[in-house]
Amino acid sequence: MTLTTPDQVPVDTMGGRPRNSLQRVWRWFTQETAALRGITALAAIVPLAALVAILAVLAFKAAPALRYNGFGFLTRTDWRPGSTYANAVKTDGVLHPVGALYGALPLIVGTLASSAIAVLFAVPVSIGAALAVVEKLPPRISNGVGIFMEVLAGIPSVVFGLWGILTFGPWLSRDIDPIFANHFPDVPVLSFFRGYVPDGEGLLSAGLVLGVMIIPIVAATTRDLLRQVPRLPKEGALALGMNDFEMARKVSLPWIRAGIIGASVLGLARALGETIAVAMVSGSALATMPVNIFGTFGTIASTIVQQLDGSLGDGTGFELRTLAEFSLVLAVITLAANVGARLLVRRVAGTALPVGRGV
Amino acid sequence: MNMAATTPLGPAGDGPALDLYGRPDWRRRAAYFAGWGSCLIAVALVAIPIVWLLWGVIARAVPVWRWSVLTESTTATGGGLANEIVGTLLIVAGVAILAGTIGILSGIYLAEYAKGAIGTLLRSASEVLAGIPSIVLGYVGYIALVIALYWQYSLAAALIVLSALTVPYIAKATEAALRQVPTPYREGADALGMSPLRSLGRITIKAALPGITTGLLVALAISVGETAPLLYTAGFTNSLPTLHLTHAPVGYLTYAVWTFYNSPFKGQQDLSFDAALILVVLVLVFIVASRLVVGLTQRNTEKN
Repeated sequence: MTLTTPDQVPVDTMGGRPRNSLQRVWRWFTQETAALRGITALAAIVPLAALVAILAVLAFKAAPALRYNGFGFLTRTDWRPGSTYANAVKTDGVLHPVGALYGALPLIVGTLASSAIAVLFAVPVSIGAALAVVEKLPPRISNGVGIFMEVLAGIPSVVFGLWGILTFGPWLSRDIDPIFANHFPDVPVLSFFRGYVPDGEGLLSAGLVLGVMIIPIVAATTRDLLRQVPRLPKEGALALGMNDFEMARKVSLPWIRAGIIGASVLGLARALGETIAVAMVSGSALATMPVNIFGTFGTIASTIVQQLDGSLGDGTGFELRTLAEFSLVLAVITLAANVGARLLVRRVAGTALPVGRGV
Repeated sequence: MNMAATTPLGPAGDGPALDLYGRPDWRRRAAYFAGWGSCLIAVALVAIPIVWLLWGVIARAVPVWRWSVLTESTTATGGGLANEIVGTLLIVAGVAILAGTIGILSGIYLAEYAKGAIGTLLRSASEVLAGIPSIVLGYVGYIALVIALYWQYSLAAALIVLSALTVPYIAKATEAALRQVPTPYREGADALGMSPLRSLGRITIKAALPGITTGLLVALAISVGETAPLLYTAGFTNSLPTLHLTHAPVGYLTYAVWTFYNSPFKGQQDLSFDAALILVVLVLVFIVASRLVVGLTQRNTEKN
């Protein structure tokens, strides 16, 4: 039997002097923390670098458009590419076609309105479903609902768009919308809910499709927060004679209020940036506000994806620059919503929100 | 949770409501049934759209399904989806390699080394990047990679944009999975004299593998389903993708859905539904795979 003292332990960290430089590099790579740390740090910087690069490219590309379109960009309702036949002119050093003028107001309104409809639909449904899943339904059914939400989160947005424009939208606009559109009184505010109904596309259809799309993120986050509510206050509620619904409403829900707000804003941020499904169901209006809640409209994201091709027809590149300005506006709105939601939840609930789509 | 206890006044928790004298309290009972009733309606409102959507895709795709869709390439009026399927798989494989490498390494750094302000900065940057709308990423990819670097519509541009989109998911999943590895595992590896790399490779990563795999599968499912960032980076082509990284457009399934559904040709409209069906099947495969990974690995791990 051989006794081994600690300094004789045959561990590969002490495998003798390196014989050549290749071996020296290999040993440094495998045995020093610095190598591992350096390589992984390089990878960890990538998201930050990508973020900076994205914002820099947008700002660089949009700068001339910002200067020419001015602050009126946010309040105008024009979409005038200008004349591509006349010679291009320079204003304040910005080359653009004669008569080019762009305004973002209809698209900003469309973005906010469709996302608002989505949130108004998705948040109550998500809270209700999460409450039922955590506090009432037996585990087997809860798991089933969990799988449903996972599938919902995974379905590509283009498939949602296809369903929205071919199945859901037509059903809504033929069987449901006319009931409201024909019977709402023609008075201010309420008249927004009456009038012409396009076939399948429009604000309400797109908003509801968006609502279905953001259910997974809101519901999954709410469900996870509900599961973190400590047991003692809930048992206390039961001991006071509350039934389980009263317990859920008066103990669990208030306990996670900030988290629910954060989850809703996260869902809102996703709805604001959603592109393809809205582009298919919105009706793609450019320079007009939706005439009523059924009317066609456009969002910033859907307009970028639909106009990028056409913008190449502008030889001065001004329309492409304007789209960069739109991207910048959209990025700022969604980033504000995202960061706000995360700060709120982290500060109040002490937990982190999921990245992106949830589940 | 199941906390039904019997009180002197009747069952607490599960039952509707009794008043102090053990008689039914009708107002509370009405609130009870209305409350849980609307919650059940909410569950139905989550389930109905999915069933409706899946049924809508199946009902449109199955009657026009031909198996030759899988083997023929798209033509101007119809044909098949072979080039889109191969292109999608190519893009997914590329994202798995590029975003997978960066994401996992980045997750390792965040879990093992990033402390304090730098860690917060990197994590926030990752979260913020995940919140940027995909069309904005697509636009930037188009401006910077397709035009400025003159790569034209190409696989490389598509992969870089999709990787920017998916790295945050993989990094987050990797970080969370590594953090859940019990500290004694690492201490044991250190006590045996393992080098950091070996300890990470043989012990920590192995224990964190299910979480990392799930994150990777989520990222791949996203890259299968994205349209907006690909339209102006990958472009589109009717022919099978080549292995050129630049100067060669790539076809993919979401493009077929997005463009062909309102094509004047019946053949292309059918392709749109077929592509939607294939996409849904692919997503279901990813979900089942991630459930299998979690299920299989959790069976052998100790509960703590």
